[in-house]
Amino acid sequence: MLHYTLRRCGWTLVQLAVLSLVVFLLTDLLPGDAATVDFNEQAGLDQVAQLREQMGLDRPLVERFADWAHGLLTGDLGTSLVGGGPVRDVLSSSVPVTAALAVVTLVLLVPLAVAVGLLTGLRAGSRTDRTVSAVTLTLTSVPDFVLALLLVGVFALRLGWLPSTWVGADDVWWQRPELFVLPVAVLLARTVCVLSRQIRAGTVTALHAGYTVQARRLGVPPARLVLRHVLPNAAVPGVQELARTGDQLLGGVLVVEAVFAVPGTATALVEAVQNRDVPTVQGLTLTLAAVACLLNLAADLVSHRLAPRTEVLR
Amino acid sequence: MPVTPTRRSVLAAAVATGAGLLTGCSSANSGSSSPKKGGTLSAAFPGAGVKETMDPHAQRQFVDIARHKAVFDKLVELDSTLRPVPRLARSWSSDDEARVWRFELREARFHDGHVLDADDVLYSLSRILDPDAADHLAKNSLSHVDLANCRKVGRRGVEIALTRPNAELPSQLAMTGTPVVRDGWDDPSKPVGTGPFRFASFTAGLGFTGRRFDDHWNGAPHLDEVRILSAESEARAAAVRSGEVHFAHEMTPTFARTVAHDGRVRVVATKRSGVQGFALKTDRAPFDDPDAALAVKLLVDRKRLVDVVCAGRAEIGNDLYGKGYTYYPDGLEQREQDVAGARRLLRRTGLYNKKVTFYTSTAADGFAQAAHLFTEQAGEAGLKVEVVNGPPESYFTDALSKGTVTNHRCGAMTIPTYIGERLLSDAPQNQTAWKHEDFDDDFTAARAEVDDEKRTARYRSVQTTLRDRGGLVLWGHPEWLNAVSRTAHGVKEAPPNTVDWARFDTVWLD
Repeated sequence: MLHYTLRRCGWTLVQLAVLSLVVFLLTDLLPGDAATVDFNEQAGLDQVAQLREQMGLDRPLVERFADWAHGLLTGDLGTSLVGGGPVRDVLSSSVPVTAALAVVTLVLLVPLAVAVGLLTGLRAGSRTDRTVSAVTLTLTSVPDFVLALLLVGVFALRLGWLPSTWVGADDVWWQRPELFVLPVAVLLARTVCVLSRQIRAGTVTALHAGYTVQARRLGVPPARLVLRHVLPNAAVPGVQELARTGDQLLGGVLVVEAVFAVPGTATALVEAVQNRDVPTVQGLTLTLAAVACLLNLAADLVSHRLAPRTEVLR
Repeated sequence: MPVTPTRRSVLAAAVATGAGLLTGCSSANSGSSSPKKGGTLSAAFPGAGVKETMDPHAQRQFVDIARHKAVFDKLVELDSTLRPVPRLARSWSSDDEARVWRFELREARFHDGHVLDADDVLYSLSRILDPDAADHLAKNSLSHVDLANCRKVGRRGVEIALTRPNAELPSQLAMTGTPVVRDGWDDPSKPVGTGPFRFASFTAGLGFTGRRFDDHWNGAPHLDEVRILSAESEARAAAVRSGEVHFAHEMTPTFARTVAHDGRVRVVATKRSGVQGFALKTDRAPFDDPDAALAVKLLVDRKRLVDVVCAGRAEIGNDLYGKGYTYYPDGLEQREQDVAGARRLLRRTGLYNKKVTFYTSTAADGFAQAAHLFTEQAGEAGLKVEVVNGPPESYFTDALSKGTVTNHRCGAMTIPTYIGERLLSDAPQNQTAWKHEDFDDDFTAARAEVDDEKRTARYRSVQTTLRDRGGLVLWGHPEWLNAVSRTAHGVKEAPPNTVDWARFDTVWLD
């Protein structure tokens, strides 16, 4: 297992290196550059040329990438072309926001999804199962932005119970838990549904599996049967799904951040791409990719732990 | 031809519509009461992320300008007709050639206690004109300031010498990027100005907080605190309706329609706050022929463009910039759609059934929609149009060199500034590539004329030339829409960049 973990980490580093090169090239291929975008509708071509020179954008592509890569190796993510501040400042202001949203969502997601999945799976075919399944299927089909706007319309604009956006939250957002309610609700709606349906399917399969039937024949109590035999096997596809959900959450969930004006990583990344701010795009992409790789690695290891027969380690 | 809405426009419309369905109806409250002291006002403007700055000479976005207006003052501001009005300069006068100007300063105090003097003004000018500061926007329009020969006259007199005569200097000192800073100040993280609010905090992309400055020369603001926040259009719409902010800048006609019967919010609409149009490149075929350009001016259905693109919230344009502003040439006949006349001119110039390229983008609301409407209207007259979409992020810079026809828009500025920055041979934003030495000379002579009447007559002639022979098809003067909560009072109608725009020292809360 240690060997496998080390091998996966090595591959992750290679993936990140390739990714950084690809992102750099793709960002460079976008029409316009940071100077052109910065002065859009503001100044003439002469001033744009002067700014381009000051930003170092008149240097060859290879030279710029080499500079950035050298900085990275020495722990320096570079300087934002647009704001002029260190890229690590962009990371330190945006990552905690998205991470907080993701953590709160994940903390609520797992028990909710397991509860709903088990409830419907153990009573497959019952009225409860049919009703809950109909609701989860419906929620899965509702686009995030529609749900977000509906929730804002009802709970913020109509009832006035919750803030409609994060506008004005500044850097004290962590002191205002009410800000999290609607974004987390939107993030949970689809993920709970998807995950609980996976667990439901796994539960139904596990309930009819030979080992469960045999355990039941041997007189294992129902609660123990579910906890020791059904749930661990039903959770395997759920864990993989959870890793994918984690990817999405750490990506910032663009729509949620946009609708609620959350100053997270997705907002920062979109803005950096729009500004053609290559160092910031690189810094954010690498961070998000690294976290995604770690999440997937963790999911594989947990899957193996839950059900050693899975073949992820080969 | 179908018009494709953008993601942002869909979200904005959805917020507005969804919210409209979910909220009750009540009568609008225009709001007025006697001013009250205290409170914190929150105002939301379109944000620009890390680009936002507290350097008042590097102003880019409205959100920056609003924040700088809270902390700093200018020598001169513009009133709603774009005429210069005194601020830190109590009065001004020039010599007979408009080559040397003298400004008398009022007694104003900086937030650190220092009293404004001539050195502060001279330093501010030198900072604006710093040749290494690529992002100082006013350095082009003030490039004729002869710094070496500017001097102080006593403690409160400043003499500004110019390298060429210019009767418009006071107006140019009122444009963006011209606030007065303290002598020697160069730290945007610690802004110190003479404005009505002291700097308290700022985070780019998020917000700014200013606290009342009791010693402001124009009297202390009513508010204790002002917060100027960054937010995209959907978030601004929701925040102002839910009462989380008191003021939301730059709202859409869709939003205005939705809140028409919402007692919690009123829309302050400022008429004629700029211009929308098309720019034809006049340095290349086919629009190097003024008749071909005239054909386009005749084929457009201005009313339909106004109705569709601006949802009717605009005045119809007459191919002239600055309707309602000082120097606007009133009395010229309104140009109407004349498809038959346009077709005749297209035939005469060999453009009939030929194709031109319209370079558009989603850089601004309604651009792509206007381009597609133009394509339909041109088709009726016999001109084929190929619409090419460009990236919105760099559209305005790209449009200086690309396309035969491009979208054009401009906010409020004085007519001479508009011409000086967009229509001279060496103008930095010459989108129509209008390069005519005789025109440059006429404009320069007009700008140098010290007699008001003669100057106005010369400007009229210059503008008539542009209207008849130039490459601008200016079809509408849109309203500027801001949303104000019913608890906020004292917000006036004012075109952006004028003295009463984004002015929170005269606003109060219930």
